[in-house]
Amino acid sequence: MAGTAVLRPVTWRSATVVGLHDETATARTLALAVRDWPGHVAGQHVDLRLTAADGYSAVRSYSIASAPSSDGHIELTIERLQNGEVSPYLTQQVMVGDELEVRGPIGGWFVWHPEQTGPIQLVAGGSGIVPLMAMIRSRISLGSAAQFRLLYSVREPGAVFYRDELRAVSNQGEAVIVTYAYTRVTPKDWPRPAGRIDAELVAKGTWPSNLRPSTYVCGPTSFVEHTTELLIAAGHDRERIRTERFGATGERK
Amino acid sequence: MNASMNYLDGNAAAGELNKIFAADITSAQGQCANCGTKKRFAEAHLYMQCPGLVARCALCGHVLLRFANVEGRVFLDLRGMTYLTFDPGQQEGSG
Repeated sequence: MAGTAVLRPVTWRSATVVGLHDETATARTLALAVRDWPGHVAGQHVDLRLTAADGYSAVRSYSIASAPSSDGHIELTIERLQNGEVSPYLTQQVMVGDELEVRGPIGGWFVWHPEQTGPIQLVAGGSGIVPLMAMIRSRISLGSAAQFRLLYSVREPGAVFYRDELRAVSNQGEAVIVTYAYTRVTPKDWPRPAGRIDAELVAKGTWPSNLRPSTYVCGPTSFVEHTTELLIAAGHDRERIRTERFGATGERK
Repeated sequence: MNASMNYLDGNAAAGELNKIFAADITSAQGQCANCGTKKRFAEAHLYMQCPGLVARCALCGHVLLRFANVEGRVFLDLRGMTYLTFDPGQQEGSG
């Protein structure tokens, strides 16, 4: 991998939509079969290009949700944004069999490698769960010994992506410990009032800093800033925290 | 969300910058020409609300890189970084 990546040209690859699946009322997963897909590492993203009949094109970045596989398929989970230019099309109009263009995989920093066996702390804000889910899926499919914890902040119960799958992996011998934070509406009888992540929840829902976990934080910029500061205040080493931010709109371009 | 939160990170520029850099720039380490901090490019603050891209040092805010693609012509200004180091061990399937 190391040597081959260096001189690989950047190319747009054609991709066929082979599956669609609604995650929430506003988010949909697209399964794509990408021609000559070189494979990816959990945490990477792709650029996706749509071109209209008049030649106008738009490019957006989306994180890969699926674990690395050798079959040339990837999954992207896309949140529909009000007034978005691309996401309404991708979440409401695109159909199985449609052709898109994909560039990637992109990014070698915000990634989890299966050789990393130390404790892993994942912190997701909203659709920031997507690249972290790729890490969880990669860890499960490889049967890695790495201990994962996920602290997942969502507006309300209905906004949780991958709910059943997260429940299943969290019941699987504590391979992944999942803690939810609800910022606007909680489930019934939830012990904690709705609110954003605070120091108490960081203490309850993350590895203690003395275990020196590798930490990945993904979400809107304000969420990433807020939770990173809380983690550092709890004794975590800034150098062990990797972050990926979405824009104010969530659309990364 | 205030204006100072209006940035992403270096990762978001990788697709565009990979047109120029054959190696993955997000895991390359760069030194800020202003404050001397050495950080991965992925950790830079990236501003995209302009015709091009502007990456700033996460610590001091100094402009590290400016990039614009105007009608197929690419402009790249790297004077904000003293150097960039590419570690092949960090290069993973990017391209």
